[in-house]
Amino acid sequence: VLKAVFETGWDMPGNLAKEFTKEFPNVTWDISMEQFANLITTTPLLLASDNPPDLIRLPTMTSFAKDGLLLNLDKYATAFGWDKWPVPQLDQNRLDANWIRGSGTLYAMGLNYSMTGIFYNKKLAAQIGMTQPPATVAELEDLLAKAKAAGLQPIMEWGSAKSGMGLAFPLQNLMAAYGATAPINDWIFQKPSATIDTPTNLTAAQHLEQWIKAGYFPPDINAIEYSDAAARFEKGEGVFTFNGDWQNGDYDKNMPGNIGFFLMPPAVAGGGYAAMSAPLTYGIAAKAKHADCAAFFFNWAGTNDLARQINVDGMGSNPGGPADAKLATVKAGSVTIDTLAAGPKLSGAMDFIANATSSIFAQGWTPELQKMVGGKQDAAGLLKAVQAEYLVELKQ
Amino acid sequence: MPAPSKSTVTSTVKPDNRAFSPELSRRNFLQRIFRRETLIGWLFVLPALLMYVVFVLVPFMLTIRYSFFKWNGVSPAIWVGLNNYVNIFQVPNLIGTIKNAFWLIVWFSFIPVGLGLVVASVIHRVATGRFGSVSRTILFLPQVIPLVAAGIIWGWLLALPGLINQILKAVGLGALTRAWLGDFGTALPAVGVVGIWVLLGFCIVLLQTGMSKIDPALYESARIDGAGWFSEFVGITVPLLRNEIGVCLTVTVVAALAAFDIIWVTTAGGPGSSTSVPGIQIYILAFTQRAIGPASALAVMLMILVVVIVLPLQWLSRESAQ
Repeated sequence: VLKAVFETGWDMPGNLAKEFTKEFPNVTWDISMEQFANLITTTPLLLASDNPPDLIRLPTMTSFAKDGLLLNLDKYATAFGWDKWPVPQLDQNRLDANWIRGSGTLYAMGLNYSMTGIFYNKKLAAQIGMTQPPATVAELEDLLAKAKAAGLQPIMEWGSAKSGMGLAFPLQNLMAAYGATAPINDWIFQKPSATIDTPTNLTAAQHLEQWIKAGYFPPDINAIEYSDAAARFEKGEGVFTFNGDWQNGDYDKNMPGNIGFFLMPPAVAGGGYAAMSAPLTYGIAAKAKHADCAAFFFNWAGTNDLARQINVDGMGSNPGGPADAKLATVKAGSVTIDTLAAGPKLSGAMDFIANATSSIFAQGWTPELQKMVGGKQDAAGLLKAVQAEYLVELKQ
Repeated sequence: MPAPSKSTVTSTVKPDNRAFSPELSRRNFLQRIFRRETLIGWLFVLPALLMYVVFVLVPFMLTIRYSFFKWNGVSPAIWVGLNNYVNIFQVPNLIGTIKNAFWLIVWFSFIPVGLGLVVASVIHRVATGRFGSVSRTILFLPQVIPLVAAGIIWGWLLALPGLINQILKAVGLGALTRAWLGDFGTALPAVGVVGIWVLLGFCIVLLQTGMSKIDPALYESARIDGAGWFSEFVGITVPLLRNEIGVCLTVTVVAALAAFDIIWVTTAGGPGSSTSVPGIQIYILAFTQRAIGPASALAVMLMILVVVIVLPLQWLSRESAQ
C-alpha cells in the first residue's frame, strides 16, 4: 500500500495512481487530498509523523529537505537513469551543500513541467489585426494599445491578496525579456548576495507600471480572484491573459477553438524566448516505508507511454521524462498543441519569483504590486521593497 | 522538539506547624475536600475545566514559551531570549496594522452596539410576538452562516460587476461604482460593513434579553409622564442595560483588535496592506513563513494590547452597574 498525499482540484495524479495499480496489481493506494494552501502548513507535520506518506505533493522543498524530512533521491536518479533526462527538469529540485537550489542532491521529482506565457482570445485578437504572435515586446505593446483603442479589455489578470497578485506573471516575463534568466533564478534559489533590484528588472517594472497607467489591466484587478479572472476571460473580457498551461483544460472546455497561446516575446527581434517553468513537485518522506516503490512510480510516470498520455490529458503540461520519449497525442484544436509546441522554443526557463521564500508572495510581491495598481508605489520602490522583505525573511 | 525539560506535576501538602498534629490537620483537609457537595461541584465543572485547560490554558502557555525560541515547527528550537520581541518591528508595516485594528473598533464595535441598541428597542417596543422573533432570527442568521461562505458571497456582492454596483448604476449613481474590496480608500470600510453584518445580530439578541428583564412598570410610569420613545430609550433602556452594553462592547472590541477571520475571507489584508491587521500578520508568520517564535511574540503582544484596552471597559461597566 502506497500512502500518498495529492493536491485537491486536480484529477491527474489520482488517474495515474489508478493506471499504476492496473499494471501492477500488487500496489494499492491510500490517498488523501489537501488544498494547496493547507499543504504549506500540514506538509512538515505529515513528513515528521511516525507514519509519513510515501509520496507527497510539495508546496516548497528547501526547508523540508533542510529539516531532514525528505529522502535523498540520488541513488534512484542513477539507478533509473534520470540524470540523463534533459537537464532543466531535475535541476530545480536539486540542493547543494548550502541548501541552494539548482545543483547538487536531488530531493524531489516533477510529475510534469508547467509553462507560462500569454493566452489570447482568437476572435478578439483578429479584431485588432493580430495575424501572428508578436515578435518583440514593442509589437506586443502596440497590440495592447490597439485593443485599448478598440474599447476592449487588453489584458485580463487577477490580483486579490486571497489569490495572490497575478501581475507577478507579466512582470517576470518582462524581466526575462529585458535581462537574462540566470540572475533571476539565482535570486529565487537564494544564492548569496543575489538581488532582484537590478537595472534590467527596473526597466521591466517600468514597463509594467506604464501598462497599469495606460489602463491595460482591469481597474478592479486588486479585487479579482484567480477563478473570476479565468471566467471573465473565457466570457470575452480580455484579449490577452498571462497564465500557465495548467489552465489549458479549462480554456479548451469553455472557449473551444477560440484560445491560442504564445510565449512572451523578447525585447529585440530574434532574441531568445524565456518562460516560467516549474515542476509539479512530489517528494518521498525520509522515513517512508515504501520509498523504492514511490521512486519506481516516478520513473513509470515519466517513461510509460500511457502514463504520459494520462498526464497530458489531465493537465496539458509537459510530462518530462527522457528526451526520446514518445510524445502524447493531443486532440486537434486544443490549446495544448500550442503550449507543447512552445516548449522546444525556450532558451531560458525560470522558477517563479513568488517562490523565492515562503512568504515573499504574501508579504512582498502581492502588497507592493497592489500598491502600484493603486498609484502608491513606483517601479523602483517596488523592487527595493521586495528586496528588503527578502532579506528580512532570509534572516529568520 | 522544543522540550528542554519535562516538568512533572507533584502535589505536595505543606507541613503544618500549628499546635495540633499534622495527622489531624491532614484529615481535616481531606474531609473538606471530600465533602459531598464540593466533590459533586467539582465533578460538574471537571469536563469544562478539562476542555479549558487543554484548549485554552495549555496553548496559551505554549505560545508564551514559543515566543522565546527560534523554531520552524519541526527543527530543534533555539532559545533566543527576548530577540523575537526586540525584532517585532520588522513585521511589515506593524504600526499600520495596529492602526487598522483600532479603526475596525468603529465598524466592529461602536456601530453594531449602537445600531443594536436602537434595533433591539424598536423590536422590543413594536414587534412583540411572531414578527419580533422572525426579525431577530434573520438578524442573528449571520452568526450561523459559515464565515468562509459569507466571505465568498460578500466578495461577489462588492465586486466591480457585483450586485451592489449594479444597483448603484440602476439608480443613477454609476460614478460611485468601484471594486469596494480592491480600492485603497474603501476596502477597510467595506470589510467593516461585513463586520457589522456579522456582529449586529449577536448584539441585538444580547441587548434584547437585557431589555426583557427591565420592569415594564418603569416604562408605564414614564409613559404616564408623557415620555416618548426617545426619552424612554435614553432615560430607562440605556442606563439599565449598562451591563449588557459592557459585555457587547467587550466582545466586539476584542473581535476588532484580534480580527482575523472576517478579514481573511474578504481581502486577506489587501490591497497593499490597507486592511491588514496583527492577526493576519501572525497567521502569515506562523503558517506561511513558519517563523513560530516571532508569530508567538506578536500574539503575546496583541493579547497584552487587547487586555489593556478591554480591562478599563470592564471596570467601567461593572462600576456603573453597581
